[in-house]
Amino acid sequence: MKGPSKLQIILLHVGLTVMCFATLYPVLWVVKMALSPSQTLSLTISPIPEAVTLDHFREVLASFDAQGRWLFGRQLLSSLVVSGATTLVGLALAVTAAYALSRFRFPGKQMGMQALLVTQMFPATLMLVPLYSLLQTLHLLDSLTGLVLVYATSSLPFCVWMLKGYFDTLPKELEEAAIMDGASPFQVFWKVVLPLARPALAVTALFSFMTAWNEFILAATLLNDASLFTLPVALQRYVGEYKVEWGHFAAGALVVSAPVMALFFALQKHLVGGLTAGGVKG
Amino acid sequence: MKVAALALVLCTGSASAAPLKLWHAYRGGEEQALQQLAKEFTAQTGQEVELLAVPYDAFSSKITSAIPHNAGPDLFIFAHERLRQFVRLGVVSPSELPKFSAGYLKPAVDALEVDGVHYGWPLSLKCLALFHNRKLVEVPPQSTAQLLELLPTLSNAEQNRFGLAYEAGDFYFHAPILFGFAGQLFGPDGKSQFDTPEMAASLGFIRQMQDARWIPQEASGALVKSLFNDGRAAMVISGPWFAGEIDAKVDYAITALPTVSQTGLPMRPFLGVEAAFVSSKSTQQAQAQALAKFLSDGPGAVTRAVLGRQIPAALAAYEDPKVQDDFVISSFRKAALQATPTPNTLEMTRVWEPMKLSLRAVLQGLATPQEGGALAERRYRALHREAPADASALPYLLVFGVGLVATGGLAWKRRTKVSFGRKYPEAARGILYVAPAAAGLLVLVIIPFAVGISLSLFHHDAGTYRFVGLANFFDILASRGYSITEPLSFYFTLVVTLLWTGVNVVLHVSVGLALALLLKSPLLRLRGVFRVLLIIPWAVPNYITALMWKGMFHRQFGAVNALLDALGIEPVSWFTHFATSFAANVITNTWLGFPFMMVVSLGALQSIPQDLYEAAEVDGASKWTQFRHITLPLLRPALLPAIILGSVWTFNMFNVIYLVSGGEPGGATDILVSEAFRWAFQRNEQYGFAAAYSVLIFFVLLGWSSITRRISREEAAG
Repeated sequence: MKGPSKLQIILLHVGLTVMCFATLYPVLWVVKMALSPSQTLSLTISPIPEAVTLDHFREVLASFDAQGRWLFGRQLLSSLVVSGATTLVGLALAVTAAYALSRFRFPGKQMGMQALLVTQMFPATLMLVPLYSLLQTLHLLDSLTGLVLVYATSSLPFCVWMLKGYFDTLPKELEEAAIMDGASPFQVFWKVVLPLARPALAVTALFSFMTAWNEFILAATLLNDASLFTLPVALQRYVGEYKVEWGHFAAGALVVSAPVMALFFALQKHLVGGLTAGGVKG
Repeated sequence: MKVAALALVLCTGSASAAPLKLWHAYRGGEEQALQQLAKEFTAQTGQEVELLAVPYDAFSSKITSAIPHNAGPDLFIFAHERLRQFVRLGVVSPSELPKFSAGYLKPAVDALEVDGVHYGWPLSLKCLALFHNRKLVEVPPQSTAQLLELLPTLSNAEQNRFGLAYEAGDFYFHAPILFGFAGQLFGPDGKSQFDTPEMAASLGFIRQMQDARWIPQEASGALVKSLFNDGRAAMVISGPWFAGEIDAKVDYAITALPTVSQTGLPMRPFLGVEAAFVSSKSTQQAQAQALAKFLSDGPGAVTRAVLGRQIPAALAAYEDPKVQDDFVISSFRKAALQATPTPNTLEMTRVWEPMKLSLRAVLQGLATPQEGGALAERRYRALHREAPADASALPYLLVFGVGLVATGGLAWKRRTKVSFGRKYPEAARGILYVAPAAAGLLVLVIIPFAVGISLSLFHHDAGTYRFVGLANFFDILASRGYSITEPLSFYFTLVVTLLWTGVNVVLHVSVGLALALLLKSPLLRLRGVFRVLLIIPWAVPNYITALMWKGMFHRQFGAVNALLDALGIEPVSWFTHFATSFAANVITNTWLGFPFMMVVSLGALQSIPQDLYEAAEVDGASKWTQFRHITLPLLRPALLPAIILGSVWTFNMFNVIYLVSGGEPGGATDILVSEAFRWAFQRNEQYGFAAAYSVLIFFVLLGWSSITRRISREEAAG
């Protein structure tokens, strides 16, 4: 067997570098817009800005409302609260449901699994009209609680499918051994199953978080208080009727994307394992 | 005026009531002016005011959903074009504007009338006028004859200089030219009449200017602005908002649009009137009216004019020296005198889409000016959907009831003899674990879903629903008299959607898998860095991705065309042809979607035992053979669920289509979801019709999932 040639190694690295560049180019373009002093698109290929200013970031971060409250701070907080709560609620609901669907036999199980998938097929934008009336009936309009519940349930089908698939791959023997040792069923679930499922939990949490962090149509429609708005709604304000404030939009886009990117980097090891083991038997 | 507002509040007493809520979509100076006025109002009357700045995109749907549910503001600021719809929905209160009409420019008052009743208080005006660079044009043209004389001397196609620049593909900009040629949109009987000699003459006029290269092709707002600021466009047709975009170094003036020499008629632009409307559901009607009037009156108008550079509707504002000093405001006041308020009829809201289609077709040479009118007429007819006849709900209920009984009976007959406890020993625990999730799903997903489905049997019009049976479905499936090859037919959109889904999924999987294989290579250094960089598109919110790529595909300022230009390739006008427009959407969505497939493939590749390859190597199998016979078969079970999920997501990928191509050209690249969205939110809230679209989408996907289920079952069995 002959060893790998130098050429092969170089080609491999060049190829991947080119792909990375193609992937990053649009992002660099946004960085450039965010750092350039102008508010418009610019016709140049180079992703390096000619002049650098932090004005757009300053403008985006230092937004105050009429009462002098730090609007950006409140919106950031609101985004964090909504996404964090969505992740917790979504995960709690999904984990229990997925475990039951994976381990227990009960009536309506098959139908339930199918129904979960089916709800993903109805366009979400058109649920807005009935959802609005429903939330009003429940007195959950204009409240973060309402938003959290909507987000958590709408990401639930995907999370349940993912987790169920992962639970299916975990050997039952471990749980049976724990029961032999005198653990209660809840202890088995809490102390044996969940730690084993950590990669899948990480991925599911990431998905729930992203669903809530990035959504803007529901947030803009359901919330009526500027300090409750989530960041994507604030970002959308830079897209006006007559013009788009590209500089502000780009700076805001980077600010909004940064936390999700950070989470991705932190969780990327789990991502590979968590997604696929879940996918194998999904 | 101030005294009157005060008196009104004092008369109604209770100045310490709940704060008045005011919704608006203003930015910058206009928002500042509004904030200052709200403070002044509170100082004068003691009445608190709460402002809410809503993103423009979400504003109108927010108002029409919130106010009927009693969750809306006390007043809101909106352009008058939607007034009739607001009135039909019953969301606005009449105002006492007629009593004070002498204080306002007349067209502003006229614009706020519906069937003899006035609503809201006019704030500011928007209309088009002619901007000219005073260094290049000494005397602005008064007529089209003068304009046509001037244009050749000012234009030079080689140097990229134009006599006139404006967004010719947008009907808002073409309307004054059409009216100048004595064209009318609607006949005396209120029926549309686009296919007229006047329409052809107006289209011929702009085509002539474009063919002579006196005006730029495919001009967008960004292009017009940059041409004017660089001194490469001598004249521009635009509105008051354009003044804020002009560099300080440009010496310019504004005049009314010229007269059309053939007819002697002035080009009459549309006049948009922004007004403060009081919500019909406000519990503080008197205070809300007082605030609206306060904003609209002379002193309020001065603040808005000075800070926000609005063109005030109140005459008193023009007496103010600071306002008089602003030549932009005084010039637009003159231009507004020859403007005609945009009709606030429902028919008018359906004119924009067909006329845009026709304008673009004529300007791109796909249709002659004579054919343009007929093209628009045809599209207008398609959008102008007659309400289907009422149907009796009885037969449907009967079928539904029989179906229910039959299923129940079947289930009863099928029940097994095995006792429940024996068959499901863990049922109680299972149900306990599932219950919280099931309850949440039932309330917030299943109920709206069921409501959504039943909506498809109704026709929605201005807040009332009528039962029409399956009429919506018949309408869609018969593609309403359209041939299958036309973008408005259901079948055309369906084919585009399937093509869209197929192309995307193939690209996602092949790019993702290829990268995963490269990343797996044992020769690779810095694996972690490459992997992190390639995952980035997944982490960016997809509406940001979409807007970003929309900018990248911009005809004149996009990076993609700049790149092509640098490579010596003619820049492409991405959104004027189906193929390029579709390609732009696909490129965006591929960028967005490949990391998911890459990560799934990476994980799946890790689970393939290395010794299989070693054995193959020993047997002398080539790399390709190894890939075909080891990698692919072992990847399939992991990739299949990801592909199924990916195809459902792509099928309903609304953001990319809506934000990148926006359906251009002429709705050809719309997929079923974006088509449904247009019927629900852009074509007079036809929720029922949109729901019928959604149900059809649902059935297509249901069919698809049953096919894939069979495939994966065979996979599992084999």
